Amino acid sequence: MSNIFSQQLILSLISGVFISGIAGYLGTLMLSKKMSIVAGPLAHLSFPGVAIAIIFGFNIYLGVFPFVLIGAFLIWLLEEKTKLPVENLAAIIFAAGIGTAFLFLPIDQAEAALVGSIGTITLLETIIVIIISLLIFLVIKVLYKRMMLINVDEDLATIEGVNVKKYNLIYLLSIATVVALGVYLVGGLITAALIAIPAASSKNISNTMQAYKVWAVIFGIISTIAGIVIANYFKLPIGPMVIIVEVVVFLVSIIYRSLVQYK
Amino acid sequence: MSVLFEVKNLSVRFGDNRIIDKLSFKVKEEDNFIILGPNGAGKSVLLKTLLGFIPYQGEIVWHKKPKLGYLPQGLTQMRVKDFPLTVQDFFALKYKSVSIDEVVHFLELVGLDKSILQQRAGHLSGGQFQRMLIAWILISHPNVVFFDEPTTGIDIGGGETIHSLLHTIQLKEKITIILVTHDLSVVYKYSSNVLCLSKKKHICSGPPKEILTPKMLENVFGEEIKFHHHH
Repeated sequence: MSNIFSQQLILSLISGVFISGIAGYLGTLMLSKKMSIVAGPLAHLSFPGVAIAIIFGFNIYLGVFPFVLIGAFLIWLLEEKTKLPVENLAAIIFAAGIGTAFLFLPIDQAEAALVGSIGTITLLETIIVIIISLLIFLVIKVLYKRMMLINVDEDLATIEGVNVKKYNLIYLLSIATVVALGVYLVGGLITAALIAIPAASSKNISNTMQAYKVWAVIFGIISTIAGIVIANYFKLPIGPMVIIVEVVVFLVSIIYRSLVQYK
Repeated sequence: MSVLFEVKNLSVRFGDNRIIDKLSFKVKEEDNFIILGPNGAGKSVLLKTLLGFIPYQGEIVWHKKPKLGYLPQGLTQMRVKDFPLTVQDFFALKYKSVSIDEVVHFLELVGLDKSILQQRAGHLSGGQFQRMLIAWILISHPNVVFFDEPTTGIDIGGGETIHSLLHTIQLKEKITIILVTHDLSVVYKYSSNVLCLSKKKHICSGPPKEILTPKMLENVFGEEIKFHHHH
């Protein structure tokens, strides 16, 4: 058996921890229907972003970042201008994204796009992931309570002095960035899960805001570490394994909640 | 009391639908001003227009720059049932940070014990949640507060308590209250001025004793209404 603590594994673990940590943290802001639905199409936009990068032959992450950032901005603009229900926008973007991606994406090069490639992440990429994660963490930390108030009620937040339009845009751009990072870890199809599931698990066991945030990050991180280690040991793709572990954690949190409720 | 704001020929349209049509009225400082009418008469739209959420034609002239408070319609504990937010967390969301002592003071003002701080906001009763929201709004020291149907989903006893609470607070803090309701029982007891809106755009305004005749109510609500004074 090879040394399970190879340098590559360490890089994968470090970058995985940062990505899942920031994804879990951001996921805690998806409490209202609007704030959760609006994140879905963005995550799905990562897929055509990856496809375009592959087709035009440049680094996948260079393809994804601008694509999802522009996508975030367009979704924000569409929502402001058309006032269409976000569910409809989400469905349209999802269909358009997946449709065009599969039209052009050469299937044999799709693996990274579909399941992520954190198993081969380089030192430079890890450093970039760490820096971006920390930046986004700072942004969200500073804006957290305003965005939580928007989750409660947008009109209440507006009268309180929150510029709801501005914060919606920042929120979407943050999701876009975390989604782009998430592509490394879990691929383009299930990045939404990386953001949503740890926070959902935490919601089942937390009663205060602080506990909620902390547990979401913890669940994201331990799922990722477990997922990477297990996948590495059994030579399975890392991305899906991380998601499976997150789902298991979620199921455990549901059982915990029902036990606590029946005390 | 002097005039706080004046509405002149206000019109609000959604497409071809005239929700509000050339409405004019005045609100005085420290008024307990009720906007009364059946569902669909445009009361909430009027409130939101006064707050700046909806584009309009006509004029809204403020004689004094207000510090606004707003309790939106339908914001009940059900909305935040799944939010892992304690009452204390809820107050931490205020734009300007507030100290625990201030929070406790305002909770007591609305008749809530400080033990409620550790309870989940979403698990409070309807009445408790409304009172908590009122404290939340008042803690910023607004001088004009808009309430949109603050007693929806609260039983009659609880609703009565909310309204007498608002009345007490108003006298104490010298704020102007603008309150939307379709609940008649409130109006006679606490209001200083009433504006009635009806779907037929028939409006009336003035002190409750003048306005609340059976004939007027019939015009506003569209059916025969008997109104008994209880003291």
